[in-house]
Amino acid sequence: MDKTPNQKAWFLVLPVLILVAFSAVIPLMTVVNYSVQDTFGNNEFFWAGLEWFRELLEDDRMWDALGRQLMFSGIILAIEVPLGILVALNMPKKGVWVSICLVLMSLPLLIPWNVVGTIWQIFGRVDIGLLGHTLAALGIDYNYTQDPFAAWVTVIVMDVWHWTSLVALLAYAGLQSIPDAYYQAAKIDQASRWKVFRYIELPKMAGVLMIAVLLRFMDSFMIYTEPFVVTGGGPGSTTTFLSIDLVKMALGQFDLGPAAAFSLMYFLVILLISWVFYTVMVNLDKRGT
Amino acid sequence: MTDATTDQLPGKLAPSGKNRRARTGVNTRAIVMGLYLIFLLLPIYWLLNMSLKTNFEILNSFTLWPLNLTLENYATILTDPAWYSGYINSLIYVVMNTVISLAVALPAAYAFSRYTFLGDKHLFFWLLTNRMAPPAVFALPFFQLYSSVGLFDTHIAVALAHCLFNVPLAVWILEGFMRGVPKEIDETAYIDGYSFPRFFVKIFMPLIASGIGVAAFFCFMFSWVELLLSRTLTTVDAKPIAAIMTRTQGAAGIDWGVLAAAGVLTIVPGALVIYFVRNYIAKGFALGRV
Repeated sequence: MDKTPNQKAWFLVLPVLILVAFSAVIPLMTVVNYSVQDTFGNNEFFWAGLEWFRELLEDDRMWDALGRQLMFSGIILAIEVPLGILVALNMPKKGVWVSICLVLMSLPLLIPWNVVGTIWQIFGRVDIGLLGHTLAALGIDYNYTQDPFAAWVTVIVMDVWHWTSLVALLAYAGLQSIPDAYYQAAKIDQASRWKVFRYIELPKMAGVLMIAVLLRFMDSFMIYTEPFVVTGGGPGSTTTFLSIDLVKMALGQFDLGPAAAFSLMYFLVILLISWVFYTVMVNLDKRGT
Repeated sequence: MTDATTDQLPGKLAPSGKNRRARTGVNTRAIVMGLYLIFLLLPIYWLLNMSLKTNFEILNSFTLWPLNLTLENYATILTDPAWYSGYINSLIYVVMNTVISLAVALPAAYAFSRYTFLGDKHLFFWLLTNRMAPPAVFALPFFQLYSSVGLFDTHIAVALAHCLFNVPLAVWILEGFMRGVPKEIDETAYIDGYSFPRFFVKIFMPLIASGIGVAAFFCFMFSWVELLLSRTLTTVDAKPIAAIMTRTQGAAGIDWGVLAAAGVLTIVPGALVIYFVRNYIAKGFALGRV
């Protein structure tokens, strides 16, 4: 649609600007402020310059957390995107089952995040959980509170359970937009199932899949509540992701300076990667229309 | 164009797409879908199962369904103010947040969908960056900001804090729906002598009613599922149910039955409204861009 140039539109945007300035800009400036200062209590602050940032870059703790975070986001994207596409391709075509599947699939998305953690905490327990009990009965040694590998598997399966439906719903919406004529043309050309997927369905889904990847990357990169409830970041610090580490530092130990420096770096990393996704997305959008 | 090609095709080819699937795929299709739904529903079933058992049964025997069906756990929650006040607190700040988010997002989304103005694209992306901001980064500054203005442990503090990610979301979703409304409608209304506020409320808002509904649903949902900020900003008076749940560990260990019942009760609101937005849920998650 053609848009009219109109500078007065700023007045319509003003309420959002004021609200977001209050709830985002002021807190962010507080963080910037802390990140360059040192305090010994009593509200006395001293200029520390880039001290905290230098310390942070030399600190293994942050790099380890970042490494775990990247690995986690990588693994869940590698599982959830293909699985979500598979589910979307197998959605029923018509009738009452479509609604039933849509509602049931959306269910995990609407559960409070700490309840998601509680569900899997219970589900995985050897004494009272179905999953833990079954695995133990099969003779598999599984204990997510002691064994780092089991903890990782639990956290990843939990995230797949929680968010694959999001990818599936978006991919399904993309598939819905393909006109039937495309399939008929493919049928006339005697295209194989794989070729239909590769040359018709995948390109048509590209736009929504980019959104799915962007959202899943962003949210998995900020994940806090679910692994915190299940593993508390343990055993040791093997499932301590960036947010868990940051909250420990800021609200647990009240190390304002280092926590603020950490926050800024964290935000910048997310912003940078998301900006790349966003640019790709917008360009795909332009080519599509 | 596409419609024309469909019409020109011989009639017997038209349903072929469906037949191809029906012949080769109907069984694998049902199996894949069935397995996925079982994977999704088993953990939820297990929570429901546990919420209907006594703690004695949970800890001393392993049963696939409750042998002694009991509603005691639910009764505990619904009669103890320490429990049910959590639900009330959550609902209060969630509703406040939804109203605030929609009230500021509606005019802004209209501006973005209809006009170009200085810095509009940058502003739009900047709004999205707030959706990318990790709540963990904002927990401490929010705590200090709301303490210093005397709003700590109030519902409005949590509602405002959740605006951080809900306002951008609402703007994006609404903009997506508003783009679908032809501009001629606005112009006709202005020619007919409608003022902007009257046009907006009387004509425009009914046209995008489904968009408003979807945006409200998503604001409601994301405010409802969030824990970190709501827990940081409250201690007693506005404590949400999610935060109360994290402290069920008493002297006698965790009260599993009550914990499970509380969990089931938090799923109910989402499950009730999801039916109404099922066809729009993808559009909402895609920030209005499908």
